[in-house]
Amino acid sequence: MTAAEPITDHSIPDRRGQTLTGAEILWESLVRERVRVVFGYPGGAIMPAYDALPKYPIRHVLTRHEQGASHMADGYARASNGDVGVALATSGPGATNLVTGIATAMLDSIPTVFITGQVPSPLIGSDAFQETDITGVTLPITKHNYLVTTPDGIAPAIKEAFYIARSGRPGPVVIDITKDAQQKSAVFEWDEEDVELPGYRPDHSPMPSDIEHALKLIREAERPVVLAGNGIVKSNATGALLSFVTRTDIPVACTLLGLGGFPATHPQNMGMMGMHGEAWVNTAIQEADLLIALGMRFDDRVTGNLNSYAKNAKKIHVELDPAEVNKNVKVDVAIIGDVRDVLTRLHQELDEHSRVHWQDRIRALRGDAAVRDIKNLPDNGHLYAAHVIHDLYRLTEGRALVVTDVGQHQMWEAQYYKHDHARKLLTSGGLGTMGFALPAAIGARFACPEDDVWVIAGDGGFQMTACELTTCFQESAKVNIAIINNGYLGMVRQWQQFFYGGRYVATPMVSPDFVKLAEAHGLTGLRVDKREDVGPAVRQAQATKGTVVIDFRVEQEDSVYPMVPAGADLADMIRRPATKGESHNPIFETAED
Amino acid sequence: MDKNEEAAVESQKTERTYVCHVEDKPGVLNRVASLFRRRSFNIVSLNVGRTHEEGVSRMTIVTHADTDTAKRIEANLYKLVNVLRVDEITDMPRVVRNLALIKVMAGPDERAQVLQICEVFRARVVDVAPKCLMLEISGTQEKIEGLISVLEPFGISESVQTGAIAMTRGTEASEKPILRSVRPKKNFEAA
Repeated sequence: MTAAEPITDHSIPDRRGQTLTGAEILWESLVRERVRVVFGYPGGAIMPAYDALPKYPIRHVLTRHEQGASHMADGYARASNGDVGVALATSGPGATNLVTGIATAMLDSIPTVFITGQVPSPLIGSDAFQETDITGVTLPITKHNYLVTTPDGIAPAIKEAFYIARSGRPGPVVIDITKDAQQKSAVFEWDEEDVELPGYRPDHSPMPSDIEHALKLIREAERPVVLAGNGIVKSNATGALLSFVTRTDIPVACTLLGLGGFPATHPQNMGMMGMHGEAWVNTAIQEADLLIALGMRFDDRVTGNLNSYAKNAKKIHVELDPAEVNKNVKVDVAIIGDVRDVLTRLHQELDEHSRVHWQDRIRALRGDAAVRDIKNLPDNGHLYAAHVIHDLYRLTEGRALVVTDVGQHQMWEAQYYKHDHARKLLTSGGLGTMGFALPAAIGARFACPEDDVWVIAGDGGFQMTACELTTCFQESAKVNIAIINNGYLGMVRQWQQFFYGGRYVATPMVSPDFVKLAEAHGLTGLRVDKREDVGPAVRQAQATKGTVVIDFRVEQEDSVYPMVPAGADLADMIRRPATKGESHNPIFETAED
Repeated sequence: MDKNEEAAVESQKTERTYVCHVEDKPGVLNRVASLFRRRSFNIVSLNVGRTHEEGVSRMTIVTHADTDTAKRIEANLYKLVNVLRVDEITDMPRVVRNLALIKVMAGPDERAQVLQICEVFRARVVDVAPKCLMLEISGTQEKIEGLISVLEPFGISESVQTGAIAMTRGTEASEKPILRSVRPKKNFEAA
């Protein structure tokens, strides 16, 4: 059995005012919220909803685990521009299996709606078969959640949930619907303008006095740095940021989730900041006299030791969520509002300015400090993760939609794959969820059918959700999968090497034969252990109709550099050890790049 | 953080009182309590009850926090969809009341003495039994603690307090109804 035919006609007859079952009301409502695809897994308490599904123009993607469904909904939302990702699961274990994906979406502010079946309302609280209090469980990891026990409660809950999920700072919403609410009938009513949420305030207008204060600080600054975060991507502020920094000649550093929000190849883009950020970026932040933080939240992975973080800098924080202000870093001005709006206003008030000295200083830092030059390296027979990712960057001309897992390869991707466009790097930044990549990429495939979708995953994380290979096959969801296989849980191994006396406890990892695994799923598997074979494998994967798994056997004990140890000063970076003969360390650092 | 730093941080914390109007819906108390727990905000007391407005409950939350945390508490409360309005009234002219019931051991010999104390504290006797009296007192935390300390020698067998409820003096704070319908301009924002 392969995928259903793509649905092209999404129109449905107007059934408002008619008496429908709760299950029908659910789908009527989802169609009206422009839902085209849901990712799910059926079970007892959600069966009435599934039974009604074929009547509606919504594609269902059957996953192999509810966690997969949750990440697919997440990946779909991340890859599309503002669409809400939807996952569907049954009660009890179906619902609890979504939890990791819900928390992932929460920490990265991804607009998602999770619909779960619940035991019939008379049984709630009786420890019935497959009963879990999923609204209780997900309360701290959702933007909001609902328990719906009557059919007439379904349409309002859906409408509110989608509005909450996509407005303001986006996030996940759970709707738990009892089985009897799906089975019973009610009159279907829908007025799309009518959302009764008296306490919900998603939008904020910046205070003119704060804008004035920020303008003053920007005009006075000699060494300013822009810190661009996820908010740039969320508010489509790339253009506004480009205008702002070109006029003011301010260099830009990106958070992990901000990558792509500002073009990586733009001359003012310094690169990524933080724990595995570029050395010169972290140094520039420490030397700056003004930080302009845009839609980022000063995560501990970005700041290191808060007591020594950017001590010489005044700080402007532009943020949509007032609860993020002064949470980690105390700022001089907080502008609460949409990043794009604020940037546009700031831009209008500022004059052309050039910062020759500061730019020279940054160039000098870049020259002195680490620059990875792997382009000109002779092939010495060893395959490094950095080689694979850099080659992938070249071969895809920087235009692939890359979905990473979590760990060393994720940081290497951030360092070596230069993203010039927003929403082309999907990664679990806040929660750091291993197993995210493959299902999220499947979700992204449905949002961006034309894109060259690449999974970059470690051998560890890939195995957490490898069961979704079958989903690729059954649903004809073609993705290309690069497994950066080093035989270790690499990032944990690296920490063991640096901080735990080199005791590799529970990190050496045996994997199945990934080529055979791919073949067992009806897919293509390739293996690469030499750099010269990277290109042909990538080309073959791109040319193959179905999903291709490439097992890149890379150097086993390589580490991600530079590294600011957790909680250390940003200036205290662990650097790549000096080269002792090229065969030992071919990724040396020069000022070439 | 060393001990001195910890002490310095601790000394910046003061007791703060919030009045929080919320929608009267199932689970709202849980959402508020869960927020305080997961953000490690401290709760001195939390009282919740109905108001004169249908569908609106009112919480009085007393917490111990420094200035920045206080602002974040307010901002985080506002992020809860069912929270309608938050006012920090710590520095405003206000009336704060706790209610306590205290069962004190007092046989016929001690009764007169206890009644005298009640008069001083303006406590009321709400139940008389052969060996004990039940007293009701409302007032500030200090007043209630004062009464308890003078009653302790008689023996207190049970006591219970509500936690603070609070209201600002005068009219400037709240003439508009709390529950006003805020409609989004547009539910559908084209992608």
